[in-house]
Amino acid sequence: MLKDEDRIFQNLYNDNGADIESAKLRNDWNGTKEILEKGREWIINEVKSSELRGRGGAGFPTGLKWSFAPKEVGSRPHYLVINADESEPGTCKDRDILRFEPHKLIEGCLIASYAVNAHKCYIYIRGEYFNEGQKLQTAIDEAYQNNLIGKNALNSGWDLDIYIHYGAGAYICGEETALLESLEGKKGQPRLKPPFPALIGLYGCPTIINNVETVAAVPTILRRGAKWFSSLGRPKNTGTKIYCISGNVNNPCNVEEEMGIPLKELIETHAGGVVGGWDNLKAVIPGGSSMPMLPKEICDNMKMDFDACVENKTGLGTAGIVVINNDQDIIKCMARIARFYKHESCGQCTPCREGSGWMWRMLERMAAGEATPDEVDMLFDVTKQIEGHTICAFGEGSSWPVQGLIRHFKDEILERNKFDPVVKKQKNIPYLVDQHLLEKDNA
Amino acid sequence: MSIKKIHKEQPETFKFSDKSMEAANKIVSNYPDGKQQSAVMALLYIAQRQNDNWIPLQAMKYIAKFLDMPYIKVYEVATFYSMYNLSPVGKYFFQVCTTTPCMLRGAYDLVKVCKNKISEKENVLSSDGKISWMEVECLGACVNAPMMQVNEDYYEDLNDKKLEEIIETIYQNKIPKPGSYSGRINAEPVNNRKTLLGNKNA
Repeated sequence: MLKDEDRIFQNLYNDNGADIESAKLRNDWNGTKEILEKGREWIINEVKSSELRGRGGAGFPTGLKWSFAPKEVGSRPHYLVINADESEPGTCKDRDILRFEPHKLIEGCLIASYAVNAHKCYIYIRGEYFNEGQKLQTAIDEAYQNNLIGKNALNSGWDLDIYIHYGAGAYICGEETALLESLEGKKGQPRLKPPFPALIGLYGCPTIINNVETVAAVPTILRRGAKWFSSLGRPKNTGTKIYCISGNVNNPCNVEEEMGIPLKELIETHAGGVVGGWDNLKAVIPGGSSMPMLPKEICDNMKMDFDACVENKTGLGTAGIVVINNDQDIIKCMARIARFYKHESCGQCTPCREGSGWMWRMLERMAAGEATPDEVDMLFDVTKQIEGHTICAFGEGSSWPVQGLIRHFKDEILERNKFDPVVKKQKNIPYLVDQHLLEKDNA
Repeated sequence: MSIKKIHKEQPETFKFSDKSMEAANKIVSNYPDGKQQSAVMALLYIAQRQNDNWIPLQAMKYIAKFLDMPYIKVYEVATFYSMYNLSPVGKYFFQVCTTTPCMLRGAYDLVKVCKNKISEKENVLSSDGKISWMEVECLGACVNAPMMQVNEDYYEDLNDKKLEEIIETIYQNKIPKPGSYSGRINAEPVNNRKTLLGNKNA
């Protein structure tokens, strides 16, 4: 288990308060000016050599991302945007950072904006986190009063303004280009890439977008050194990560642990084990609902980091671990996730807009045992038609978990869906015709 | 699932109150010159707050003029995002999360309670007109599942009994305490904390 002093987020459970005085006791804002004085080059190189990877889901190396920002500011100003639109089912880590460790985030914003030459920083918070946003605003006000940000922040000669922008309940706005559209006051529909936001982003200006946890971890990394950070975990998968363990466990919780901790240890030590014991485990979704689920056999020996997850045909994503035990109907669980994606599709690309609804309706019928055996393959085919045929990664996010279900639990689906309604009409099912009636009035 | 039906009875006019106007001007100043359109989401919130938690069409027209943008663009935004209510909702607006992590821990029991105690259908006011409820997608408090949001506050670690108590309290015109209902602090593991113990005891 990770030693307590190696945890970055010391106030994860709000033992000590989130105000600036308590934050300073936790070493926040300690030596920030000296860090800035070492220069852009040093900051970016240090973040690069710490091998910090983005904590928002894709795991892109942060230092590399920062180095994409143009070195000199041209006619267009640079922007830093913080993605706090945390909506992935199973994930609630950024919420605790926003409300309990806001000063780590603000300090990270100052360092990151200096590194990428931005004088303005927007923090895009999902609309439901209104109270968390208010707490962050209080912390921002404190930081302005203490001249930690604002004009000539910390007497370093650097100006930084931080603004909060609330979202309004659209999951897709967590996708970086949709987030930019939303910041510009439009519908949150993703843009085509390239051009990448680092060159053409917010208002057509160079923009660096980072997740809350990534930016909040940066000050501690620079204070304690890249060596310390990269000594945790294993190469390319370094440091610590906040894991959110939810679902059928005895003590669901958020916990910061070392990268690469075995999944079983994580669940047994921190979350009090699976309800009904480890043998009662059915499946685990390791990284938020977009990542394919894993059956118990894989979970037994699985390590929780980016590369180990990819080896097992899933992904670490946001590290939102959803534990499902044998008391649950796994097909029903997946159908509910598919309904989430149907609701949240932005409607821009046809494969995703239509396909997410198809997947949901097919899975609902499979959960009820009203599908034919052929339809399992048809469903897999539908997922393949969505994946890779959309502007943003939502297509993958909605189809991968369905593929995961079919990959690991196909037998169970077939077991439940045996009959063929065309040949032997056993049940009277409004087959294929009245599917829209399943939808709710307001859908 | 969000209330995207435009309400039949629309008010004839809409105008920001002085307080709203002040807030709106402050928001617009957050964005660069000429990019005032960015403020549209915040302004819709302000209008919604001023108008008993729903947005009439007149408010969208007003905001369009205020930000010097086409009305249809405001309409687009108001209908795209699920948190803008285009029809009236209860003074206490219950949003029960039923996405998988909450579902695994019994979110549909909460839905049942809402059906019994508030109204049979979603988005229909309770008999005294105070409460309405709806199912929503993930609210981002999964380790505190099952949970729901009432206006701006989160109520976490619920079960059917506790939800019934909350509803009763609201019917008596009191606002129940937000936060976790299982006695734990925030997102720490109940009775099983193994990390940051030095802080806890400090």
